[in-house]
Amino acid sequence: MELKELYQEIILDHGKNPRNKGVCSNYNFDAQAHNPLCGDKVHIYLNLDKDKKLVDISFEGEGCAISLASASILTEILKGKDLNLTQKISEEILGMIKNKEKITINSLTEDQITTISSLAGVQEFPMRVKCATMVWHTFLSALNKKN
Amino acid sequence: MEVENIKKEFPIFKQKINGKPLVYLDSANSSQKPKSVIDRISSFYETEFSNVGRSVHSLAVKATNRFENTRDRVQKYLNAKYREEIIFTKGATEAINLVASSFGKKFINSGDEILITELEHHSNYVPWHFIRQEKGAKIKFAEVNLNGEVEIDEIKKNISNKTKIIAITHISNVTGAITPIKKIVDIAQEKNIPVLIDGTQGAPHLTLDMQDLGCDFYAISCHKMYGPNGLGILYAKKKWLDLLPPYQGGGGMINEVYKDSISYADTPTKFEAGTMQTAEVVAFSESINFIEKIGMKNILSHENKILEYGLEQLKKKNSINIIGEPKERGSILCFTIKGIHPHDIATILDDEGVAVRAGHHCCQILHEKLGLPATTRASIGVYNTKEDIDILCKAIDHCKKVFQI
Repeated sequence: MELKELYQEIILDHGKNPRNKGVCSNYNFDAQAHNPLCGDKVHIYLNLDKDKKLVDISFEGEGCAISLASASILTEILKGKDLNLTQKISEEILGMIKNKEKITINSLTEDQITTISSLAGVQEFPMRVKCATMVWHTFLSALNKKN
Repeated sequence: MEVENIKKEFPIFKQKINGKPLVYLDSANSSQKPKSVIDRISSFYETEFSNVGRSVHSLAVKATNRFENTRDRVQKYLNAKYREEIIFTKGATEAINLVASSFGKKFINSGDEILITELEHHSNYVPWHFIRQEKGAKIKFAEVNLNGEVEIDEIKKNISNKTKIIAITHISNVTGAITPIKKIVDIAQEKNIPVLIDGTQGAPHLTLDMQDLGCDFYAISCHKMYGPNGLGILYAKKKWLDLLPPYQGGGGMINEVYKDSISYADTPTKFEAGTMQTAEVVAFSESINFIEKIGMKNILSHENKILEYGLEQLKKKNSINIIGEPKERGSILCFTIKGIHPHDIATILDDEGVAVRAGHHCCQILHEKLGLPATTRASIGVYNTKEDIDILCKAIDHCKKVFQI
């Protein structure tokens, strides 16, 4: 178990300076989740245009460095992408975090893959997996709600 | 038995956690078990096991006697007036649920008030919420002051002629505040209001005397008293137990069962439905032995020494905010570190072999009041030493290093 795998620079950076934090203007749907065990909360706001493109996304929440970083990374990676692609990316990332599956989507840049991979550090810390996955599940449930 | 070097009585401390000696600062969550308790569970299963209170064979008779012996031990330990005032439950949570359900059904009606405090653990709020919903009763919360304690005047202020019961914690599992329960019981008795004390955090640290205290109900969590998991105790005045309806139905708690009528067993059996914990109850006698061999007063003064030292060391660190400043504090040190979430703190401390708890500690009402989503809690047991506190402090420094603070 390596602590520095969990608290990588990318995680600490996103945890301390989360991107897209707040309520984005013109959001047209949202979803929230709460982890009753630790009290972590996340609320995501999405603006989807008529072509089903995610033109804006933001989040509000409180939680540990891992959960804030995960939410921040989610907004950064998914912003501007088509709905179908955002769903695929989310599913692959959950597979990576939970089952060490590889990311196969080829439209992501190398930098984006590096950023995403930093979330896999929770694998060796079973109690912390939910910190990383909650926001991705929340996003997927928001899509389900929309559909 | 001396409190110094007591760690050697606890097999768990032989192992390393993440390559480091275990520093266990999570006793408010659950205490570790001395070898004598573990051995008793094992020997009971190996040579004495039988269900209790039913069969007439030799093993059953012996097991029943040992089970009932623990009831006698607990009665003496608590200085309860009658042995029938001791009910075994699966935990303090079940003990409180039992009272809320049985007392609530019989004595609480629409518009009646249940007085609790903002300090309460969910287990001394949610069971009353059930009664609030079922009966249309009202729950009043005595407020905490800035030091994280509930003042006696705040209790007085909230008592009305509709107050049917006062349910209050003995020691807060967040601020560590020791509640003035004796004074509260005295005030309540003048007004004929029964008092339930949630002794989950009180019983492992303080000397108890039910006859002197005079409370009506006292809930105990045995696994926090160096005892087996899955066991709790409800002390209740016999007059209540005789009056209250049973909590659960099943085998053992009945007198006669017919198609059109059922009569119940006498107290305490009436409240012990189904197969009870056998090895756990028998082994709890060893927990009492352990506590009595050291002496509760010696345990308390040792823990207070470690607590004072912990407070002193943590206060030296500028980035640390200690939760609550009660006049009387018992064994609990909750804190936050500026810029690091409690869950990250707990993970990093664990990497250094230090076991603490992070979260709202089942006290969401209190955390909301404090304006904090979560805190980190170091809680002290008989086995903790000043060296443990030193390791905690070093581990806290490590947190700051990881987070570059």
